[in-house]
Amino acid sequence: MNQWNNFSKGFFKENAVFTLLLGMCPTLGVTSSAIDGLGMGLATTFVLVMSNLVVALIKNFIPDKVRIPSFIVVIATFVTIVEMTMQAYVPALFDSLGLFIPLIVVNCLVLGRAEAFASKNNLGSSVIDGLGMGLGFSMALTMLGSIRELLGSGKLFGTIIYPEDYGMLVFVLAPGAFIALGYLIAFINQVKKEA
Amino acid sequence: MEYVLIVISAIFVNNIVLSQFLGICPFLGVSKKISTGIGMTGAVTFVMVIATIVTFFLQKAVLEPFGVGYLQTISFILVIASLVQLVEIILKKVSPPLYQALGVFLPLITTNCAILGVAIMTIQKDFNIVESVVFAIANAIGFGLALITFAGIREQLDLMDIPKGMKGTPIALVVAGLLALAFMGFAGIV
Repeated sequence: MNQWNNFSKGFFKENAVFTLLLGMCPTLGVTSSAIDGLGMGLATTFVLVMSNLVVALIKNFIPDKVRIPSFIVVIATFVTIVEMTMQAYVPALFDSLGLFIPLIVVNCLVLGRAEAFASKNNLGSSVIDGLGMGLGFSMALTMLGSIRELLGSGKLFGTIIYPEDYGMLVFVLAPGAFIALGYLIAFINQVKKEA
Repeated sequence: MEYVLIVISAIFVNNIVLSQFLGICPFLGVSKKISTGIGMTGAVTFVMVIATIVTFFLQKAVLEPFGVGYLQTISFILVIASLVQLVEIILKKVSPPLYQALGVFLPLITTNCAILGVAIMTIQKDFNIVESVVFAIANAIGFGLALITFAGIREQLDLMDIPKGMKGTPIALVVAGLLALAFMGFAGIV
């Protein structure tokens, strides 16, 4: 039961995007379509799980003073792996995510979990924490991506729902990202208050 | 002329915060007051220019000749992280007043994706060293312009009567959206 709480907190109670406001750059930058949001979320989840795993394994060998740089090296290694794998197997997604893939390195969510959770807990709970947080982040990105894609271009995961001419173009452009996320967070806050 | 184009494009048309979504964390985090906004802008400008110069030479003198371009991400972030520490130590010794003004913001900058983003974009756009420096300065100004304008609006926003559910982050994000909409008016200049 305890592990289940540990896993599920990332979705609602401590959701990275809606509650902790971490990792806002990719949240706003790559969510012009649902599929991009999902891809980014899963890439981040992989890095999060693997870095939590390695940090939990090596936490006793790292001197306290060089803790943060060591964590960054671990994270950067997995980001490079993700970058090369995506370039090889999903080049279209790689192109549309662009600069934001190397920027997973500076996603505060990843470093935040390594520092706040994995460096203090055992291997099993660290991996579960990374998985929960990462999937919660993917869920948030996919939600925002779906809303923007639906309002902006009349599609959902690339399937046409209504003709594109009736879409509000602003939602797939930069301003729409801020506005949609603002209202989404207000909505989630309201749901949380009632729950 | 090309420098003018780089500057205008980086500050207004492709504003780093409002159209590229880099450096959103400090944009939302330290924009409650104009004075902290100015401090953050100073620190970002300082580190962004130095980091761009250092990573430029790292790319051209080490990564490219040895054919290890895939180490770009890992080496850039390490260089930036240690550079921030170095700048902090030097500033503390050489110019205590400047350290007083920028000190609290420096540790935050390591995880500011604008710094790493600009360093990587410089390489992707294939700029020479002078263009890179101009590009870094222009992006820092663009960051400052967005941050300080936003801080000014948020100071006024505190006095407004806002629906309860929208208070705090939601209204800040909507305001940022409107600001981004205003900046879209510059599209097509360059």
